Amino acid sequence: MIGRDLIGIEDLDRGDIERILDTAERMREVGNRVVKKVPTLRGRTIVNLFFEASTRTRASFEIAGKRLSADVVNFSPSSSSLKKSESILDTARTLDAMDPDLVVVRHAVAGVPKRIADVLYAPVVNAGDGAHEHPTQALLDMLTVRQVKERIEGLTVTIVGDILHSRVARSNIHGFLKMGAEVRIAAPPPMIPAGIESLGVKVFTSLRDALSGADVVMALRIQNERLTGSYVPSIREYSATFGIDRAKLHYAKDDVIVMHPGPVNRGVELSHELTDDRPSVILDQVRNGVAIRMAVLYLFAGRAPRSDLGELD
Amino acid sequence: MSRILVRGGRILDPATDRDEIGDILIDGDQIAAVGESLDARGAEIVDAEGGWIAPGFFDMHAHLREPGQEYKEDIASGGRSAVAGGFTSVACMANTHPVNDDPATTDFILDRGEHDSPARIYPIAAATRGLAGEIVTEMSALVDAGAIAFSDDGRTIQSGGVMRHVLEYSKLVDGLVIVHAEDCSLVGAGVMNEGPVSTRLGLPGNPSIAEDVLVMRDLMLAELTGARLHVAHVSSAVSVEAIRKAKERGVSVTAEVAPHHLTLTDEATLGFDTNTKVAPPLRSAADVAACRRGLVDGTLDAIATDHAPHALHEKDLDFVEAPPGLIGFETAVPVVLDLVRKGEITPLELVRRLSTNPARILRRPGGDLAVGSIADIVIVDPERSWLYDPAKGYSKSRNSPWAGKMMQGRTVATIVGGRLVYHVDKGVLVP
Repeated sequence: MIGRDLIGIEDLDRGDIERILDTAERMREVGNRVVKKVPTLRGRTIVNLFFEASTRTRASFEIAGKRLSADVVNFSPSSSSLKKSESILDTARTLDAMDPDLVVVRHAVAGVPKRIADVLYAPVVNAGDGAHEHPTQALLDMLTVRQVKERIEGLTVTIVGDILHSRVARSNIHGFLKMGAEVRIAAPPPMIPAGIESLGVKVFTSLRDALSGADVVMALRIQNERLTGSYVPSIREYSATFGIDRAKLHYAKDDVIVMHPGPVNRGVELSHELTDDRPSVILDQVRNGVAIRMAVLYLFAGRAPRSDLGELD
Repeated sequence: MSRILVRGGRILDPATDRDEIGDILIDGDQIAAVGESLDARGAEIVDAEGGWIAPGFFDMHAHLREPGQEYKEDIASGGRSAVAGGFTSVACMANTHPVNDDPATTDFILDRGEHDSPARIYPIAAATRGLAGEIVTEMSALVDAGAIAFSDDGRTIQSGGVMRHVLEYSKLVDGLVIVHAEDCSLVGAGVMNEGPVSTRLGLPGNPSIAEDVLVMRDLMLAELTGARLHVAHVSSAVSVEAIRKAKERGVSVTAEVAPHHLTLTDEATLGFDTNTKVAPPLRSAADVAACRRGLVDGTLDAIATDHAPHALHEKDLDFVEAPPGLIGFETAVPVVLDLVRKGEITPLELVRRLSTNPARILRRPGGDLAVGSIADIVIVDPERSWLYDPAKGYSKSRNSPWAGKMMQGRTVATIVGGRLVYHVDKGVLVP
């Protein structure tokens, strides 16, 4: 069953994922009301501890917390004071002394949420750590696919782009595999991480082969600095070989859907028209993001504090 | 000076292949007699029953942090930790502040070692000035001051041209050049071994080929120049094989391996413990197996700890920012005893790699139990179980991946120059 922290999809089983998705379905309805607020987490304090800048994910967590009536505090140690020699564990302990009921952590380096969770009294939800995991993103992606396709099992999901540096890719690989989908990855060879096939994915360097028969295509955001290093030669070449447009989409199934964790580099990962129109479901993903985060906050912050649960260390 | 009788242990002397039960009598700073039922009149008795009696261990790769970073370690604390682990001699790396690249610093370290440390301290000088990889150090003056080898260690000389000159110049003093083999451009941003585990964890990978290409470069340069090369902490299967082949064709090369590279894989990093961050990184199970085979067949001559203390607040940083390294003196013996317990190596051959070989490579006393030799002796109980708590150890730092683990095998007593400097029941006794 679901543990006390949400660090990664790797730690969940299929039943956990389904429970979170089912809870999110119920939460979605709150967003359709005129008064978008329920008293579920009234009196609870949620801290968004974002070491790494993020507008969208933080806003999504903040809105989710507020719709559940939690007191939401955003804590973003400035990169200057935090960079160099500030112990992340000191920061975490300081925060913990203020008795939050849940801490949402984002950090540019893999492993920080886990290590904070190891010392924190409050439960921790990972909002993205380095290239490790971004569990709420994968959950909202799975929710979106389940809504459109009415199932996940048996689907073919193709993830395209900078897999090496992508936490979104890792969380989705774990999630869709656990839910019974086939997962393919397609990327320029320097962006395929060593031993990725050990996770159970099929690896392609031909986009055409990777898209053949796909039900879901997920393009990843590519950072500009990766496009000027030695990973790929240029934006133009990346866009020509791994950018997705309507012509390339013909390789996939007729009812394929196109996803992207955002923000899209228009004309690079996705063509303009694919960014805005069906079969793109990008805005459904964003909408589901709030519902998923409400579900996660409800399931993790609504639980008994650590001391009431007996031996956990 | 006094007499000590080390009584009734399994005497392991690789220098003469002796492996038999007996006593060792020490008179002054020398071994006076080796045999059965020696006359102990007037001698202090050190009981070795059930244990091994071996020539003191010689750690040819450690960081003692003095001068400059005494908050991590100093020569006194490092020396105490060393003898508690059974090491009677320690060679310390040059990456101090200031760097040990001039005779005054070498002299300072030797002086501190003599006065503060129960273990013998041998400074390794930098191979290039300021560890900058550009200008060869004054090797002649450094050898005169007492430097026993040359190394830029973790600041690996990236330029093949400079390394060639370092090796050539070292021949002037018949010096040993020690290389920490990693090609920075292939290491990239890597912080752990590149492979399925780094991919799962999303941590930047440091591929073993970063080590391999530099090992191969330096083997070829050693072959070209005829200089004496020593490869530090070999961790990769391909590097082990490259060294094996180089030895077969007569290249003047020796090599060491660290206890962690013999026993831990990159899976130790699965919980993101920064105490498992080390350079070169913990590698795959296949690499560990290759290192063990290399140690057993003699490709890897010595076991060296790469004892690298870092303060708690430094290891509390995120995995990328935390400095690499772990402390190793007090855990080395139980950790490498794993190879004896699994039947891969005999006690005698293990002692050869902990003591005799490093002493011979560095051409310093110790490494044997002959009558008339210097009385540097360690007694090890290979069965004794204990819980390792770095806070109870002698190092100033606690960065160990074995913290909180049950250990099997422990150093019982350490004798340096005829003086009992450590006993497990009494702790470190001098200075």
